[in-house]
Amino acid sequence: MPTIYIDNKPFDVKAGKNLLEACLSLGIDLPYFCWHPAMGSVGACRQCAIKVFKDEEDTRGRLVMSCMEGVKDGMRISVEDETAKTFRSQVVAWLMTNHPHDCPVCDEGGCCHLQDMTVMSGHNYRHYHFKKRTYPNQYLGPLINHEMNRCIQCYRCVRFYHDYAGGKDLNVFAAHNHVYFGREKDGVLESPFSGNLVEVCPTGVFTDKTLKEHYTRKWDLTNAPSVCQHCSLGCNTIAGERYGQLRNVVNRYNHEVNGYFLCDKGRFGYEFVNSENRITQPLIRNQAIEAAGHDTVLQYMRTLVSGHTLIGIGSPRASLESNYALMELVGKENFYQGVPDDLVYVEQKIVDILQAGCIHTPSLHEIEQADAVLVLGEDIWNTAPIMALAVRQSVMKTAATHTTEQLPIPTWHDAAIKELVQDDKGFLANVTMLPSPLDEISSATMKAAPDDMARLGFAIAHILNPSLPEVPHAGEELLAKAADISKALQEAKHPVIIAGTSCWNNALIRAAFDIAAALHINEKKAGLAFVMQDCNSMGLAMMRASSFDRAVANIQRAANNVTAIILENDLYRSIPAAKVDAFFSKCKHIVVLDTLHNRTTEKAHVLIPAATFAEADGTFVNNEARAQRSSQVFMPANSEIRESFKWLADVKALLNTVSNGHAKHMEDLLVALENKYPQFAGVSRVAPPHDFRIHGARIPRESHRYSGRTAMLANMTVSEPKPLQDDDSSLSYTMEGYRGLPPSPLIPFFWAPGWNSGQSVTKYQEEAGGALKGGDPGVRLFEQTTTPPVFSKDIPDAFTPRVGKWMLLPQYHLFGSGELSVYTKGIASQSPEPYVSLSKRDAEQAQLKNGDTVSVKSDGKTYALPLSINESLPDGIMLVPAGLTGMEALSWGAWINHSTVTV
Amino acid sequence: MISHLRTMWLVFRHLFMKKATIQYPEEKVPLYPRWRGRIVLTKDPDGGERCVGCYLCAAACPVDCIALQATENEEGRRYPEFFRINFSRCIFCGYCEEACPTYAIQLIPDFEMAEYKRQDLVYEKEDLLINSEGKYPGYNFYNVAGLDAGVKEKGKGKDEETPVDIKSLLP
Repeated sequence: MPTIYIDNKPFDVKAGKNLLEACLSLGIDLPYFCWHPAMGSVGACRQCAIKVFKDEEDTRGRLVMSCMEGVKDGMRISVEDETAKTFRSQVVAWLMTNHPHDCPVCDEGGCCHLQDMTVMSGHNYRHYHFKKRTYPNQYLGPLINHEMNRCIQCYRCVRFYHDYAGGKDLNVFAAHNHVYFGREKDGVLESPFSGNLVEVCPTGVFTDKTLKEHYTRKWDLTNAPSVCQHCSLGCNTIAGERYGQLRNVVNRYNHEVNGYFLCDKGRFGYEFVNSENRITQPLIRNQAIEAAGHDTVLQYMRTLVSGHTLIGIGSPRASLESNYALMELVGKENFYQGVPDDLVYVEQKIVDILQAGCIHTPSLHEIEQADAVLVLGEDIWNTAPIMALAVRQSVMKTAATHTTEQLPIPTWHDAAIKELVQDDKGFLANVTMLPSPLDEISSATMKAAPDDMARLGFAIAHILNPSLPEVPHAGEELLAKAADISKALQEAKHPVIIAGTSCWNNALIRAAFDIAAALHINEKKAGLAFVMQDCNSMGLAMMRASSFDRAVANIQRAANNVTAIILENDLYRSIPAAKVDAFFSKCKHIVVLDTLHNRTTEKAHVLIPAATFAEADGTFVNNEARAQRSSQVFMPANSEIRESFKWLADVKALLNTVSNGHAKHMEDLLVALENKYPQFAGVSRVAPPHDFRIHGARIPRESHRYSGRTAMLANMTVSEPKPLQDDDSSLSYTMEGYRGLPPSPLIPFFWAPGWNSGQSVTKYQEEAGGALKGGDPGVRLFEQTTTPPVFSKDIPDAFTPRVGKWMLLPQYHLFGSGELSVYTKGIASQSPEPYVSLSKRDAEQAQLKNGDTVSVKSDGKTYALPLSINESLPDGIMLVPAGLTGMEALSWGAWINHSTVTV
Repeated sequence: MISHLRTMWLVFRHLFMKKATIQYPEEKVPLYPRWRGRIVLTKDPDGGERCVGCYLCAAACPVDCIALQATENEEGRRYPEFFRINFSRCIFCGYCEEACPTYAIQLIPDFEMAEYKRQDLVYEKEDLLINSEGKYPGYNFYNVAGLDAGVKEKGKGKDEETPVDIKSLLP
């Protein structure tokens, strides 16, 4: 470990880092703009200047940019040197010459890196008396606001958008002191990662348009650590509330999971919490007055639960606690996943593989470090965008590593590495049904039907481990592809295989496992990652309950007094309507707990308002089986809105003749879950218990500058109410409490003295860009074991189109397929209209043109949808977008009999 | 004894001096223009609200008695959707006026705000807004800000160049 002398004090620092990283990791405040821990240094802004001295005698030294200079043992530097300080304040003064007088009307104000750095550099008076440069703005879509006057030309936006995330439509234009960051012309930003510009931009050029609708400064938000609800990756987020409304979502750094970035669906898809469509009142239907209070509805529930057979339908988007509470209430044998049979089958296979643990499941961070990636049949761009971003980094980093192995260039030297790497790419094989934006960085791609993709997988596994069965009747093309891919995987040190459930195909999962296991036998550290569908799909699947189809079958046999309790699940979105209707028709009473009105809640006899993630504490298990805690951001003003597990606990208390009268805490539920189901061992450790205190103090959800405490409710009554009491966690609803570093699962927001922006995260990290102090939040429930792998013998036949029949498969859209995210207007406006896709040949044979109306018959219903011909779609497959608003669930994977044209 | 006599003499002498007490409320106390009393929200020269809803007054307030919500019109001009001051908490320190970057919030020489009900001391925007520019006539924040919010176009503000032609590569 090299020792460097900073202002004559010795410090041990990590080798291979640059001086800026070293100083920041040591907690020294050194201003910077263009450096970003995830993107490295380019030395563009000249803000991080320090002095470097030749030796102990040298008193003069020389100015260097600390981000461009690596640490060397025995090095002597000075941050506090007068020349360096003057230089830094002069640089920021230059940057400010054109910066507009906008802070009061700028959304970045209060969490602005430029403000922080200006104050830190000591520039406090404007000496420049000439005119300021101005720019026209652009319309960048419904999610991002553009105010170009505020730009300080640090190039972070293009470095992120273009280089890091691979977006093509944002770039730098014009020349010299006129450079312009924007699009070629007005238009919606195409990249699904555009929202990160808000956090990457050190000033207010790119700001959150959804926040603008109900603007609140960072210091006025009540924040809590939460977990994103829109896909299975479980990205860590910070959600902020003001005046009883959720106001914004920003990234919460987790080194192992999302790092510094979120996708737009996660960042902007929070508005469902504020929706008009929320269920706000318990309802007892078919009564004169349907609206009921807490006590009335429980009284009524007493008659529904006692003396009736209870059936519970769980939910992949409800927390582990809620699902478990329902399972406890109805009994394990009466608890079903609210998920169709085919999907449960695939998910069960995934859980089996993870639980057996013979292959390591990489976190997103580990995927970034992989040197060869095979994506087998999962459209990760749409179903797990941040994983796609991680895969992109692995491709880019591998190429960079090849270069730095030959030339001694440090990894943080971004511009130099880019120059050397040019167009070299690491290995990525993207095997999907449809083209994906990842294809352009892929070394090998294949577009095929799910079974054919699985066959490719088995062919690869066979090449890697010849003792595995050969793929029967494999074509030459397939074998050549398999040879290519297996060669690259074999050469790699840390290959990663990615598969998922979006094709609803079990063979793909088995094939992915076989490849990873075959690599593993060759003493490779292969990783195998799976993508699931919802934020707690993994948690629900790990409970190993039966599918909804089993519930339908069992209810037919049950007596005629069934009370079904449906937990936060719109069954019509995932299960064909006929099946759901058949189920409901056999239920005597239907109790639904949910957050938003939907088709399932319409069927409810008793409707109970549940809390969304922002109003509830809950534990969610992500795709790598990492259990993570999402904390309550705010208590709803309406006390009828409660966490589902609290409602269910009240219902359970009705059944027990003796009740101790005490509500159970969450951790009691989790401990009970752990004890009953050993696969959940460790889940109670995800966050400190509710009575955790630091020096007797709670951790405040509000910043110390939180304003309006004595006025915000004064219009109702001038006497201030008692601060809300949170009995479920150690976070408090006040500005008071422990102000030091909280344990990592309980970080409500990132702030440090002098660092108001999100860049303050450095102060929470072990080292700049490293793990959070005290370890990253989340507990991985499955760890690698030495169990020998069990290979599959069953290889599917090649996919052959059938005459007059099509295999019906879902197409997931990042914007549109989410149940909750479409409540954000900006996301809904980018959602596609319903359509049906056929291959070019199929369409020609049926004499169909683009836009013709095609009738799709599925599950006894006919849907008329406009045709969109997809040239790369394999023949014999019919694609329909999944989960668009107003579209019903279809029997994915089934063969559709007929499709007729009605023009 | 001498001290008693001296006191009586002093009191007697005061009978013939000018009275410090005034007959309030019939007679008004003279207040200086910068006297920090009731808080008002002033208007721009163009008649628009000066407050841009930046929340700085609320953050500066030591008793947290200011609550507001910013919103904006179609042109992007910001204004408070509501602006509430709980005068039963206000200590008239003037920090809000000091923090205000647009000269919107001002403390004026009026202190006669007594109410019988404490609730009546909660002032909403309608109660605070006055039809005057207050102590800073002629000032409009948007003329000096970079933002085009319907007050001036880009490049038309004070000390602003005309917007850059981004298609030009000329030096």
